[in-house]
Amino acid sequence: MTDRSTKSAKVAASLRRRHAAERRFRLYGMGAVAFALACLGLLFFTVVSKGYTAFQQTYVKLPIYFDAGDIDPKNSGDPKVWAKANYQGMAKKSLRGLFPDVKKRRDKRALYKLASSGAAYELRAIVRENPDLVGTTTDVWVTADDDVDMFIKGYIRGDVAENERRISNKEMAWIEALVADGRLEKRFNTTFFSAGDSREPELAGVWGAAAGSFFTLLVTLALAFPIGVAAAIYLEEFAPKNKLTQVIEININNLAAVPSIVFGLLGLAVFLNFIGMPRSAPLVGGVVLALMTLPTIIIAGRAAIKSVPPSIREAALGLGASRSQVVFHHVLPLAMPGVLTGTIIGMAQALGETAPLLMIGMVAFIVDIPGGFTDPATVLPVQIYLWADSPERAFVERTSAAIMVLLGFLIMMNLTAVWLRKKFERRW
Amino acid sequence: MHKRTLMLATLAAFTFGDHAIARDQIRIVGSSTVYPFATTVAEQFGKSTGFKTPVVESTGSGGGLKLFCSGVGVEHPDITNASRRIKKSEVEKCHKNGVTSVTEIKVGYDGIVMANSKASAVMTITRKQIFLALAKDVPGPDGKLIANPNKTWRDVDANLPNVKIEVLGPPPTSGTRDAFAELALEGGCKKFPAIKAMKKKNKKSYKAVCHSIREDGAYVEAGENDVLIVRKLEANPNAFGVFGYSFLDQNSDKVQGSLIEGKKPTFENIAEGAYPVSRPLYFYVKNAHVGSVPGIKEYLAEFTADKAWGEEGYLTDKGLIPMPEAERNKFKTDAAAFNNLSM
Repeated sequence: MTDRSTKSAKVAASLRRRHAAERRFRLYGMGAVAFALACLGLLFFTVVSKGYTAFQQTYVKLPIYFDAGDIDPKNSGDPKVWAKANYQGMAKKSLRGLFPDVKKRRDKRALYKLASSGAAYELRAIVRENPDLVGTTTDVWVTADDDVDMFIKGYIRGDVAENERRISNKEMAWIEALVADGRLEKRFNTTFFSAGDSREPELAGVWGAAAGSFFTLLVTLALAFPIGVAAAIYLEEFAPKNKLTQVIEININNLAAVPSIVFGLLGLAVFLNFIGMPRSAPLVGGVVLALMTLPTIIIAGRAAIKSVPPSIREAALGLGASRSQVVFHHVLPLAMPGVLTGTIIGMAQALGETAPLLMIGMVAFIVDIPGGFTDPATVLPVQIYLWADSPERAFVERTSAAIMVLLGFLIMMNLTAVWLRKKFERRW
Repeated sequence: MHKRTLMLATLAAFTFGDHAIARDQIRIVGSSTVYPFATTVAEQFGKSTGFKTPVVESTGSGGGLKLFCSGVGVEHPDITNASRRIKKSEVEKCHKNGVTSVTEIKVGYDGIVMANSKASAVMTITRKQIFLALAKDVPGPDGKLIANPNKTWRDVDANLPNVKIEVLGPPPTSGTRDAFAELALEGGCKKFPAIKAMKKKNKKSYKAVCHSIREDGAYVEAGENDVLIVRKLEANPNAFGVFGYSFLDQNSDKVQGSLIEGKKPTFENIAEGAYPVSRPLYFYVKNAHVGSVPGIKEYLAEFTADKAWGEEGYLTDKGLIPMPEAERNKFKTDAAAFNNLSM
């Protein structure tokens, strides 16, 4: 009797201990998740809080007199003559008209700087699209300079000493006058989504880098997906299990862990120096990234193929299907969600990669938007890196905004992977 | 079917890439210090002429010259930027690879500043004190070289503040670091007669003494990213940073430049040559490519125009310190005639 009661007391005590251990373990788990979420939240908060202002840009409304004598003095109607006209001069004249009491040369130079140096090209584009504006005076919104933009957004504070900020007291007075007149306001920043890189923050955009990323990933997908899936099918379904295939298997796993810069060096040595492919081209970048993502796709593909139950293969074989019929009619379609998930994750990894591209010249200042696989191009993460390294203050917010764009793409790709898995997944 | 088309497309792309003989776009490599100026000119050039915008890569001065000197042909760059003059060994390497005619163009000047957060007092320092604070070995009390014992600025000089020496600066791969070592450290190092005497006897060990920066934690290599250094200075008011003048110019509300030899790092002082730590910037053009790659001549014309590199040109907005007019004219003629460089 006493024996039993001590035993049950012992059990009760150990039960309490075990329950406590269980609770502790759960708390650790919850703590780990909370920590990870907090880090993620902090990352998103810093990026978004720094970057959201870049989606707006300050514009200034100038009454521009499109002087026919300036644009087309000989009345030729030739668009080439029109393109060469002094549009910067028109913007300057308009600013002088708004502030007629600015007389000193030095002050005038400061005044002209309120509008971006890109204003001339904006005016040129306006005239090209609306030729009947020539000879009239029209209010036109042009991009303001990045210093004005930073001041309006509050990044350049007006309350520090004048020689310590990039906007002088005079310029502040002009800006305030323009704001009071309704001639200066923040609007949605379309340039950021439609332009290529630029040294002027107000004219810089992510579109060039996004197009470069698109072409690069297209090459990567076109190479890595068929080769990766074929390799996975062969290794899983057809290859004999012997020493050689084991060595290959180990090497594929090793390859997945090779630092990505090594692939860049390979690209430089083989594709640029030996084959002679062009530098900075998405074609080369795509091939290099394909080599990098191949192991990921092969490993994910093999796991997906392995998870298709053998009974399906046996049933097909029993009904007289050939081995390749079994694979292509039954196994591969069933394994596809897993294969696609692996591919998309591999591609997402490739999208965020900069190191291998450094060696093949894709880390470069490229203004023109790439139109093909051999045009010089850069990619989104490289654009972020380049902007992060630029001295102009306005690039800080643009860097964060570009990170948001890249994160947006990554989240979209990962959501597609989740959606594909949910939609086509079969449980046995 | 789909796969076949894709493969064909890839194959076609491959063969096309193989035959990219002509290039209709200028390719520029080189120094990260000249990069902001070269890219600004490239962009203006692309927008205002019918030519494609040149592609500019930031590879560092040494890396750029290596690529530049590797041969003649479209696979090699046309222009390289450098934050120091080309070395004799590099000219020889160029010659060996068939790059025999190179035009040298000086762009202007760049000042290197030592700055700290606005939250602390401005420092007034001499090059000798910089050497004593940052060199690996300094002369001890008996004149012999010892490992740098100075922990605080006060250890260096009684007039300096009593704070720990902590300087953030670029790594050895950077041209800024080379120039800082040459102009600031060596400039201070020369003030010791014993070390100066060494220059004649043993140039190598003289250089080793004058150019070696301490590695005991007082000098922190902050990477090539100068923006990062500025942000770290904001967070740590006791630290100093070493970077190019253009970063000081852009962040003058957050950081202040130290006075070196009594001179403030301002636009005027650097342009006049009064500020001691400033260096010339260059770029080099491969003359063999002129004519075969379209636009090189016009690019040089854009760069050497007064509206770009002149006293009120757009490059001064980016922090370039322009050359005096006579010097500008000399290099302008060189650029127009593609005069081969003479060492």
